[in-house]
Order: sequence, then C-alpha cells, then structure tokens
Amino acid sequence: MSLHNLTISEISAGLEKGDFTSVEITQHLLDRIKQFDGELNSFITVNDEQALADAKAADERRAAGNATPWTGVPIAHKDLFCTEGTITSCASKMLSNFVPPYDATVVENFKKEGAVCLGKTNMDEFAMGSSNENSFYGPCKNPWDKERVAGGSSGGSAVAVAARLVPGATATDTGGSIRQPAAFNGLTGLKPTYGRCSRWGMVAYASSLDQAGPIARTAEDAAMMLNVMASFDTKDSTSVDAEKPDYTATLSNDIKGKVIGLPKEFFRDDLDPAITETVRNAIAEFEKLGCEVKEISLPNTHLAVPAYYVDAPAECSANLSRMDGVRFGHRCEDPQDLNDLYKRSRGEGFGAEVKRRIMVGTHALSAGFYDAYYAKAQKLRRLIKDDFVAAFEGVDFIMAPVTPTPAFKIGEKTDDPVAMYMEDIFTLSLNLAGLPGMSVPAGEVNGLPVGLQIIGNYWNEAGMLNMAHQFQQVTDHHTHAPQGIE
Amino acid sequence: MALDRSDVTNIAELARLEIAEADIPQYQTDLSNILDLVEQMNAVNTDDVQPMAHPTDAVQRLRKDEVTETNQREKYMACAPAKEEGLFLVPKVIE
Repeated sequence: MSLHNLTISEISAGLEKGDFTSVEITQHLLDRIKQFDGELNSFITVNDEQALADAKAADERRAAGNATPWTGVPIAHKDLFCTEGTITSCASKMLSNFVPPYDATVVENFKKEGAVCLGKTNMDEFAMGSSNENSFYGPCKNPWDKERVAGGSSGGSAVAVAARLVPGATATDTGGSIRQPAAFNGLTGLKPTYGRCSRWGMVAYASSLDQAGPIARTAEDAAMMLNVMASFDTKDSTSVDAEKPDYTATLSNDIKGKVIGLPKEFFRDDLDPAITETVRNAIAEFEKLGCEVKEISLPNTHLAVPAYYVDAPAECSANLSRMDGVRFGHRCEDPQDLNDLYKRSRGEGFGAEVKRRIMVGTHALSAGFYDAYYAKAQKLRRLIKDDFVAAFEGVDFIMAPVTPTPAFKIGEKTDDPVAMYMEDIFTLSLNLAGLPGMSVPAGEVNGLPVGLQIIGNYWNEAGMLNMAHQFQQVTDHHTHAPQGIE
Repeated sequence: MALDRSDVTNIAELARLEIAEADIPQYQTDLSNILDLVEQMNAVNTDDVQPMAHPTDAVQRLRKDEVTETNQREKYMACAPAKEEGLFLVPKVIE
C-alpha cells in the first residue's frame, strides 16, 4: 500500500516497526502536495525544509528509544493556529505578513510529541464562511468534484486529508467549521466540548463558540489526534480542568443498548430525500449493532441560525478590533491621522464577508440595540442548551445530518450571504450550547460524500468516538477516496 | 430592518472600516437581509429567561499575582509594521 493511503494509526505502527522512516513519508507527502495542490489549493504555506528537518529529528528520537506514538507522524495545521516563525495568515490579507512570536498550545502539544508539521492549510478568512471561498488565497477545491466547494471554514484541512496529502489536520469549529468540511470530503471530524482544547494561540473569531478539533479519515485517528490536542491550559481562561481520558482506550467498547435520539427538527420533510435516506441507512447500522433509536424533539432548533448570526458577529467585531495596523498585520500606506490609519488598514486588510460580520456585530452591540440583539441571543442560547439538556436525560447520543445538501458548486451561494448562512442549520446549535459533535462518513449521493452527525453529551467525546469507531468496523464509507488523486 | 445609506456609513465609522462609496448599496442590501434573518429571534418571548454566560457554567479562574512571563519586547515587536526604539509608531495624535 502506498504511504499516502496509510492512516495515522498505520503510520505510527509502520514507523515503530521500521517499515519506513519519517523522512521517507514526509518527503513522499511533500511530493504529493507539489503534484496535486497547485489545483486543489488546500495549503497556504508548505514548510518543506522545516518539515524534513523535523522528520529527521523525529527519526533520531525514535532511534534513541524515546519516541511517542506521534513521533515522526506528518500533520498539518489550519492557518489560524499560531506557529512560531511561520506565517499565520488566517487566509486574510490583514495577516498575510504576520509571523507569530509563539506557538498555539495545540501546536506546541504536537511538537512535544515529535509530530511533523507539513504546513498551514487554507480556510475562510478568519474562519468566517461555509465554503472556503472567502480566502485571500483563493478558494480551496473539493477533490471529489473540483467544481465544488471544499466546505468551510476548515476547507483546506479537510481537502488535504481527503486528497491524501496528509493523514490528519487540525481544524476549528465555531458554527460547523470542522463538521461541515469533513462531511463534504468524506472524513471524520470532531468538535469537542467547549473548553476541551486550549484556544491559546488560535486567532479568535467568536471566543464563546470557537473550539479546536481534529479532521482525519477514521475515528481511531481522530481519537489519537484528540489525545494530543485536548489539554488543560492556564493560558486560556475558558479551558476547563476536566479529566482527560485516553480517547483510544474505549474505541472497542460494546455499544449495545446505547440509546440514540433522532430530533424531528433535523429530519424535516423539505430536506433532500437522498440525504435523509443516507443518514437513516447509517443509523440503521447502529440498530444492527444493538442500539435503540427513538424520536426526540429540540423545539428551539430554528432559533440557532438567528442567534448565531448575532452572537458570532458581535464577538468578532470585538475580537477583530485588535487588527489596527499598529502592532502587527497590514498597515496602509502613508496614514494621514490615527483614524485614517485604522480605517484604511482595516478596509484594505479585511475581505467582504469579514467586513459584513464586523458591521453586523458593531450594529448589534451599539447603544440602543444591545438588548434587542446581543442580550436576546444569549437568552436564546439558554433555550437551545436547555433543549439538549432535557433530551440527554433520555438518550445517550443524538444523530442527525451534518448538512442539508452535499458540497455545492463554487460560486453558487457567494452572492447571497443569507443563503450561505442557512448551510449551517444543523451544526450551529451545538456551538451555541457548547456541546461536542462529530461528522462521520455515511455514504455518497451522486458521487459526493454525505456526513452523519453524532452529538454527545458534555465531555463525552470518548463515547462519540466509540460509536463512530464501531460504525466504521461494519461500514467502509470512511475508506472511500476521491478519484484522480491516486 | 432596512438600513439606509447613512446607517451603513455610521456603522462603518464605528467599526473603523473604510468602505468604498460604490460598495455601500451592496452592504445596505446584505446587512438589511442579515438583520431580517436575525429578527426571527423576536418570535420568542424570553422575558423570564436568564442569558447564558458560559455553556458549562464555568467561572473565571483566579491565579496568584506573580510574574510568569519574562520581558521579550524585541521578540514580540518584531512583527510590528512601524516601530522605533521599542515603541509602536502611529501618526501624530497630540498637537
């Protein structure tokens, strides 16, 4: 089997057995990036020299006998995780020259294990988008059909993994940005409970919603990645000091008797029947494995889109105020005065969608509108959370589609921001509630992957990964690869 | 909620964003559509609902008031677009 078709777990085992070296697989993947990524555009920065140097160091560490399962395993980071010495652009002109002086905690965690970072992946600018079309570096293309979007905002991470350019990549999810691109590319992605992974060094979009997580091909690989990514961190005041299990230890547990709730609001009559059928077929596999399925209701689901598109823009308008042309990032030429410096640096540095969200947020937080927008959205978050809390009293997991459609055509929704926002209807509510969610390949419709969403109770990532792994033992959707990238 | 031209320019000014004259009508349409979407929130009475502050009801941690970081001014200022003698340069603010 070619090196690029190996999963993280297989690479880890192969390195341990001495079947190949980290330098060999790193070089192989760097060659593939050169071969395929000119068209796919999944990477913003490729670190050839640094990656090979790190691979060599990893091989030496293994020879010295103190390797971890991750030593020498190649990965990629979404370009919003700060990497010391390597540009972290957030796919924005604003940060296109930003070389961070420090590593994000998630990046540091992988470095300690000896993982090899091949580069930084494409995304929607500042993680605002559902298609990866809002990138200063151009859209990333879906390898299953290059006329279609990668999904977003973590489109580059998903495409790089789907095209077998890297076995796993870090990503972040503020409203679906891990789960939706994972679904569009036939991958396994996990957004953990809010507070599970440190946000230190992640360029902030909406701080009360942002959470880092893995995109990989299998649940086993996602578990291995989460083992590294999850950590309590005093540098992130919202990082939660909760017990961290070994997420790989319970993958093989029996899932017989688990109760799965299907929210009727997520299986609406106007949903594409092919999506519903694919998702229901996947859920039938869980029944065969001994799970019990019952209908539930999350009556406030329809409030998630409006609440999110107040809360996230409000938080982003505050977070992005730090981009002012003074301390880092883009600065306009020849500013006339301080106001001119701010306005032109920001006007030139931000793309259209980022400006839209900053303005919506600024409006929502401005005098006279705060109660009607921001405070109202926080109350709706409570209602949405309470729905889930009540539902989890009667079920172990909730399952639903990830997206209302498979990957759409590039350019299809760019002229209509509201149509683009509706892409997120099945993913936003988890972020608002702080709950963990997964996307697992459920099959294909007209050659395009469809994702099954597994929603767990707070801190039950291990249980979700167990469910996904057991599903992947009896199905092969997660092994399907797009054509033309062999 | 339909925004007029001056609403858009006011918001852009508050947000310190320069917007090209030619782009204002498009922002007017887009922002009005987004505000129409979020006004679906008003269909629900939330008089007795407590706003949610944190999904898992965590509170801010406190730490001892001790120095934990060493001064690395030059390293942290290396990415500044305009600097001189350890200071960030901005246009003259005080006459």
